[in-house]
Amino acid sequence: MSGTPAPRRGVPGRLLRHPLGLVSALVLGLIVLAVLLAPVLAAQGPGVSELRDSFRGPSGGHPFGFDSAGRDVLSRLLYGGRTTLGGAVLSVVVALTLGVPAGLAAGYYGRWFDGVASWVSDLIMALPAMVVLLASRAVLGSTAWVLMVVLGFLVAPAFFRLVRGIVVQVRGELYVDAARVSGLRDARIISRHVLIVVRGPIIIQIALVAGVAIGLQAGLEFLGIGSGDGAPTWGAMLNEAFQNIQRAPLLLLWPGLALGLSSGALVLLAAALRDVLEDRGGSTDRAVRRTAEAPVAPEPAAGDERAALLSVRGLAVAYTLPDGSDREVVHGVDLDVRPGEVVGLVGESGSGKTQTAFSVLGLLPEGGRVSRGSVLIEGQEVVGLSERRHRALRGDVVAYVPQEPMSNLDPAFTIGAQLVEPIRCKLGLSRKEAAARALELLRMVEIADPERAFRSYPHQISGGMAQRVLIAGAMSCEPRLLIADEPTTALDVRVQAEILALLRRLQRERDLGILLVTHNLGVVADLCDRVAVMREGRIVESGTAEQVLHAPADPYTRGLLDAVLDHVPARPAWRPRKATT
Amino acid sequence: MLTFIARRLAAGVFLLFVISLLAYLLLSIPDLDVARQLLGSGAGQAEVAAKNHELGLDRPVLAQYLDWLAHALRGDFGTSWFSGEDVTQALRNRLPVTASLMVSVTLITTVVSFLLGVWAGVRRGAVDRFVQVLGVVGYALPGFLVTLVIVLVFAVQLRWFPAIGYTGLTESASGWLSTIALPVLSLSIGSIAGVSQQVRGSVIEVLRQDYVRTLRARGLSPARIVFRHVLRNASAPALAVLGMQFVGLLGGAVLVEQIFGLPGIGSMTVSYTTRGDIPVIMALVVFTVIGVVLINLIVDILIGWLNPKARTS
Amino acid sequence: MSTHQPYGSDRSGGRPPGPREPVRPLLEVAGLEVSFAARRRTRTRVLKGVSFDIRPAETFGLVGESGSGKTTIGRAVLGLVPVQAGTITFDGERIERAAPRRRRELSRDLQVIFQDPYTSLNPSFSIGDTLMEPLIAQGTADREARGRVGELLERVRLPADAADRLPREFSGGQRQRVAIARALALRPKLIVCDEPVSALDLTTQHTVLELLLEIQEQTAVSYLFVSHDLSVVRYMSHRVAVIHQGELVETGEADQVTARPEHPYTRALMLSAPVADVHEQRRRRRELAQETGVS
Repeated sequence: MSGTPAPRRGVPGRLLRHPLGLVSALVLGLIVLAVLLAPVLAAQGPGVSELRDSFRGPSGGHPFGFDSAGRDVLSRLLYGGRTTLGGAVLSVVVALTLGVPAGLAAGYYGRWFDGVASWVSDLIMALPAMVVLLASRAVLGSTAWVLMVVLGFLVAPAFFRLVRGIVVQVRGELYVDAARVSGLRDARIISRHVLIVVRGPIIIQIALVAGVAIGLQAGLEFLGIGSGDGAPTWGAMLNEAFQNIQRAPLLLLWPGLALGLSSGALVLLAAALRDVLEDRGGSTDRAVRRTAEAPVAPEPAAGDERAALLSVRGLAVAYTLPDGSDREVVHGVDLDVRPGEVVGLVGESGSGKTQTAFSVLGLLPEGGRVSRGSVLIEGQEVVGLSERRHRALRGDVVAYVPQEPMSNLDPAFTIGAQLVEPIRCKLGLSRKEAAARALELLRMVEIADPERAFRSYPHQISGGMAQRVLIAGAMSCEPRLLIADEPTTALDVRVQAEILALLRRLQRERDLGILLVTHNLGVVADLCDRVAVMREGRIVESGTAEQVLHAPADPYTRGLLDAVLDHVPARPAWRPRKATT
Repeated sequence: MLTFIARRLAAGVFLLFVISLLAYLLLSIPDLDVARQLLGSGAGQAEVAAKNHELGLDRPVLAQYLDWLAHALRGDFGTSWFSGEDVTQALRNRLPVTASLMVSVTLITTVVSFLLGVWAGVRRGAVDRFVQVLGVVGYALPGFLVTLVIVLVFAVQLRWFPAIGYTGLTESASGWLSTIALPVLSLSIGSIAGVSQQVRGSVIEVLRQDYVRTLRARGLSPARIVFRHVLRNASAPALAVLGMQFVGLLGGAVLVEQIFGLPGIGSMTVSYTTRGDIPVIMALVVFTVIGVVLINLIVDILIGWLNPKARTS
Repeated sequence: MSTHQPYGSDRSGGRPPGPREPVRPLLEVAGLEVSFAARRRTRTRVLKGVSFDIRPAETFGLVGESGSGKTTIGRAVLGLVPVQAGTITFDGERIERAAPRRRRELSRDLQVIFQDPYTSLNPSFSIGDTLMEPLIAQGTADREARGRVGELLERVRLPADAADRLPREFSGGQRQRVAIARALALRPKLIVCDEPVSALDLTTQHTVLELLLEIQEQTAVSYLFVSHDLSVVRYMSHRVAVIHQGELVETGEADQVTARPEHPYTRALMLSAPVADVHEQRRRRRELAQETGVS
């Protein structure tokens, strides 16, 4: 078939380079090989018994000795593996043939089939497998293979749920819509776009389910209700050994080891496969370093005048990469916010503007740290400040308004509870006083029905109201400096205008300093007194909003302004074209 | 919330009917010739027919089922075909054993898994690696193999606990404790491995959420954020896994009760089901499903309490 | 309900200067209604009778806020959501209930560019595979398709070796070029552009828009251009419709709708979007305050 997707190169190869993967694949391969070659390797038939040999220890041709009935342990182990492993393979095959197609259909087409199949799957999952297997033995008789088919039914939901979940997710992807618009048939879309995604997880699941199947099968045999025909299995051998646990505990070892090794190797193989497929590399210990451990000596203050509210000098932010090296993303930023002043920090994605804002708050993501420079908040140096003392500043002096209103409210608590919490913790008010203050804050951010909002959960309010709530939360302990990270980007323009008006009013009434991170030059023109333009971790230009927007000095700023479409004339009216070109 | 519980209960009752009907029909398919089994091969045709009539096996299956249902709804599960025991009474004697086992395991699993999972998720480092290894090992080794090792070590070699037998809680608390300790330990290891892994995963997931950063930006203490906000949001998925583990535990109980000789529902399952003793099997099926439905209801209520969005929709 | 008139009626904002006889529209949407199943047995009406048309080589802009139904219009035209009522006529043919087979054939004429260039390309397919997909689906021979991929990459100004690379090696703007190339692969007559530049940075946005204009100039393709950004729509579109809660509140020539809107909703939209000019923005703010009472 032409146009097949670019193959993920060398999954088997990478698996063999993964230490865990190599070992488990090797162990599993050896066990399977030995079991397949049982007739060649075994010293005698599994049923040959010589009563005078019972419990005899290891000897020349019988490295594991003899069991209670004087049968060669190794031979029984090898033949027993055929039933145990073969049964597991049978279960997995049954589960795959039922679970995967059903999962694909349910996930892709949904509707009634999804409803029915999911219900059946939930029902099966609600049944304890062991109990069902025992009951089905009464119905179906004592053939081990039949029980393994039943087991296949019982574990099929593991595949069904996995495949269905992934397919539902893939189905919502835009590239599947694009494929439909390209004129691909459903069957083609499933084989091209869907199977490629579920393939890896299915392989992992096969290993896991095989492990579970081996365990359950052996469990049944151990209870003495698997195959009634006396053929050797690992479970039955464990049972015999358990009967003689006081006399010869070593007999437990061999079948136990065989069982533990094969089931363990399967699960570890699955873990290794997951690593390989997710490109996580072999070693699991990530380089997690505590970020606070390397305080950086702030540069001595030069002769320049530093703003009273926020003053940043020579700030650099670096991230520790997985391989242990550092990557600097902000390279020496200078910034000042005076009391009552709104300063815009403008840049495109990846310019480092948000990193700069998080440095001021001391909330850089894991792996990130301020590598040099100085940040003064109300004259206090926060670079190298202990987390505890930095935390004391947050909420009280410097507060934060995030970009995405919905994801920044805890879904499990009411709006009221989330507002009351910092008020009680930081200001030490009583529950009642804090609630009154929270209501007052909700009124302050112009929420129409504060009592109702107070009682609401985040999912019950609109995005615009959520942003007002977040502003109220930021203002709850009367901070002097607000760090607003793209506070209106996720909002519709009319709500954006309202939020900008709200910020302007708060700033005016409370003489609030605001550091406004944004990519929108219109927002800058609307709200900011001064503005700094950032590009690739550096500030390329700063000045009053009027200077920068109306007479930009830096070519990058000019380019940004040129890309703004505010003043471009509308497209002229449509005219019919002349006959075909 | 009440309508939610009512709806779930109704769904559970419906499930119970479906499964009991299905089980009854399936159990009636094979011709087990119970009467001949009971009477022995020497019995004549007439005797067998009489026995069949006595057991009600000469009637249509559906009529048999409805008859069983009518009695079951009154709490009467009939008498065992083979031992002649009153099934309801037998269950009443055995249920406390299994119930005390399951409750202990569930409580221990919950407490230990949450402690380990939160610790691993928040502090990472060595505990994190331990939880991850435990997760793989717990999954990799079949539960009854772990049980055998535990018997071998603690009962056979060290002789700290009895290998076999049961003392009721009402008879002697210390006796109960010593007979139940190893079974509980055997079952807990696997479920702790599974649940702590899930708790760890969801804690890490929640810690990455935007609202955690915003809470930090409000100046709240790390302990407060973890125990109030992160724990609550991470609990829902962990509880769902706990509910699923419970189903697996019921199966595990069968093996563990057998190994330790506990006179519970599990060992009853082994000895009666294989012979096709329909009254006993049906009672066991009903009680198992009731157990699963109840635990799922509890889990759903807890999740609804933790997650307002699930509650209102 | 279906009082839809073809373009050139009084409602559609004045007849364009041009030939007397009306050109047959390429796409005609009349009384379109779409609703989605919401909670038990209720449906949310997303589109409540939407009518408009698009002429050959015309860009029809559709502007609205989130949840207004603007994206659903495009998806209905593409057959990605079921239509409850109304008609969609493409090139003289009713397609709102086209059979799957016909729908697949329509792919030759009707294409799409989605908003998010990160999820609209399959991450495990090379760029070449992605671009070949529509060609092969329509039965183009393998070698011919390969040649066409080269042409397409050149068309959107991506290097020729891009075909062998995976999407993750490209920036958002470059990926959106790939999406444009895919849409162009079958030489369609109409492309639904669903917020094609909203996920991009300002400067990238600009170059992608220029590319779209240039392609229209050369191929005479029509665009249904969906966006939340009035200034982008204004720049791209010959005519503009404003959608609010599932209804078109105003339709007309781009200049008229975006500079001298008649409907109060459109006026609020226009005045709410801040402009990068300190004095102008101050003036607009005051005007908006007067209009809506926002301080």
